Amino acid sequence: MNGVCFMALTREEVEHIAQLARLALTEDEKEMFRSQLSAILSYAERLQELDTDAIPPTAHAVDVQGVMRDDVVHPSLPRDAALANAPQAQDGFVIVPTVLEEHA
Amino acid sequence: MDIERLTLVDIKRLLDTGESSAQEITEAYLARIEAVEPHIHAFLTVTADEAREQARQADERRAKGENAPLLGVPLALKDVISTAGVRTTCGSRMLETYVPPFDATVVQRLREAGALFLGKTNTDEFAMGSSTENSAFGATRNPWDTTRVPGGSSGGSAAAVAAAEAPAALGTDTGGSVRQPAALCGVVGLKPTYGRVSRYGLIAYASSLDQIGPLTRTVADAALLLSVIAGHDPLDSTSGQRPVPDYVAALAQADVKGKRLGVVRDWLDTPGLHPGVREAVQTALATYESLGATLVDITLPHSEYGLPVYYLIAPAEASSNLARYDGVLYGHRASQTSDIWDLFAKSRGEGFGPEVKRRIMLGTYALSAGYYDQYYKKAQKVRTLIRRDFEQAFEQVDVVVGPTSPVPAFELGERTDDPIQMYLADIFTLTVNLAGLPGISIPCGFADGLPVGLQLIGRAWDETTLLQIAHVYEQATDWHTRTPSETNA
Repeated sequence: MNGVCFMALTREEVEHIAQLARLALTEDEKEMFRSQLSAILSYAERLQELDTDAIPPTAHAVDVQGVMRDDVVHPSLPRDAALANAPQAQDGFVIVPTVLEEHA
Repeated sequence: MDIERLTLVDIKRLLDTGESSAQEITEAYLARIEAVEPHIHAFLTVTADEAREQARQADERRAKGENAPLLGVPLALKDVISTAGVRTTCGSRMLETYVPPFDATVVQRLREAGALFLGKTNTDEFAMGSSTENSAFGATRNPWDTTRVPGGSSGGSAAAVAAAEAPAALGTDTGGSVRQPAALCGVVGLKPTYGRVSRYGLIAYASSLDQIGPLTRTVADAALLLSVIAGHDPLDSTSGQRPVPDYVAALAQADVKGKRLGVVRDWLDTPGLHPGVREAVQTALATYESLGATLVDITLPHSEYGLPVYYLIAPAEASSNLARYDGVLYGHRASQTSDIWDLFAKSRGEGFGPEVKRRIMLGTYALSAGYYDQYYKKAQKVRTLIRRDFEQAFEQVDVVVGPTSPVPAFELGERTDDPIQMYLADIFTLTVNLAGLPGISIPCGFADGLPVGLQLIGRAWDETTLLQIAHVYEQATDWHTRTPSETNA
């Protein structure tokens, strides 16, 4: 692994990524991902060997162009069908915990 | 009826001549599923009642003189492909009870062609894995040796075909997930050009890489299924507008005389390549030469960077795609939560397994402020170099040939503790997804008594040449006719 630095993530960094990803992790998972993600990122460091300053990035390998269609009304998913998989629904709405707090 | 060797082409003939019925053939596969599933676990859901009803309707239609390309032909579908009214789990606790309200476009096209469905096959969770061990519902076992993995992530589909639980199946391939399990299970697996097949209704893993493809017993069957599922779909803006050639008819003109096959010497010299795999591939190359093809040494200098590029881009896309699982509209919802943010985090923490979390974490990191240029953008630039390597190679050759997997089927549990070891299973396949090209794996021998796959890679949109060159090899050899039971007997 000449010229490759070892990317050691800290526990705080793992917790920060988990927070960004909205993932509740157990203490064991945090430690496991800290070491595994460090190893994978170290492996990925070898990309830095390549000079890519003049190389454009590829987002899609095959040419993909924006596609326009006529603005025609199509049948859409009925509300009952759309809600059939919701963990909690009532009167045509999805139930979630309070999102907005009341401020005095 | 020798169900173990039955191809789609055979089944069509049996139905067209009236020698058999859709109901008789469907019952044979359902009986086979019942007999071998306790040992294989290829399926997450078997839709026996629906299959019987569809078979009855197909026989009725045939009795009235109707026909369609796959009328009465049973198939299996990887459980990441949406089926209206039939549970689609992605091998995840997150979607354990999810029932799609619509069909994927490929499912709709197969239905229109008359096909019926035996069930939904096992997969690594959200198609993330190379062994099917990441399924939340237990691993699938390799029909050739049930102590070994079938490969992944379409391991359920590959094992179902190898064990003759279905004559053919659809899988999905993001970094090798059709071709690698096909190789490890001794069947044919085709990944079409990115954009050849609609992804509408395919539950997304990495959207710039995902592609649906067939797993079959023969190249002719792969051509037949591709001809049904290929083509532009207004519901997938990345599906190509190009006309779909007649892949089946093209096989009649298949010839390798004068064709130039590119051999990547670096791949055959890879230290981790199993000697039995190397020998089988070299023998296959000699077979092609004897059939009139010319072998040309080529280099793909950046392919050694394929693995890190893939494991930055695919997780980055996955972390974005899987943000939709928040416990609100569908999927698992945690029960004890304090507020909406807690509900999101706990639902995701409980619903996703370790590999999915690992990739979400990795992708989130690669896209996060301060690291985007260093990881994600860098990977996209190297992706350009990988793509250009192939473009240069195809100025000299018609297809690129090499091993599909560096090793034959490995033991269950052998690689689960070391993600990088597991990722190395796809070292020869994932550059093909990064470049958007079509690739196929066909049986080419055995190593330690386990099947070996030969990978052929074609020019973008030229599945025809790929299928033709694969077909010629298949016609000249009998590896594709071997079945696990004769080996185990």
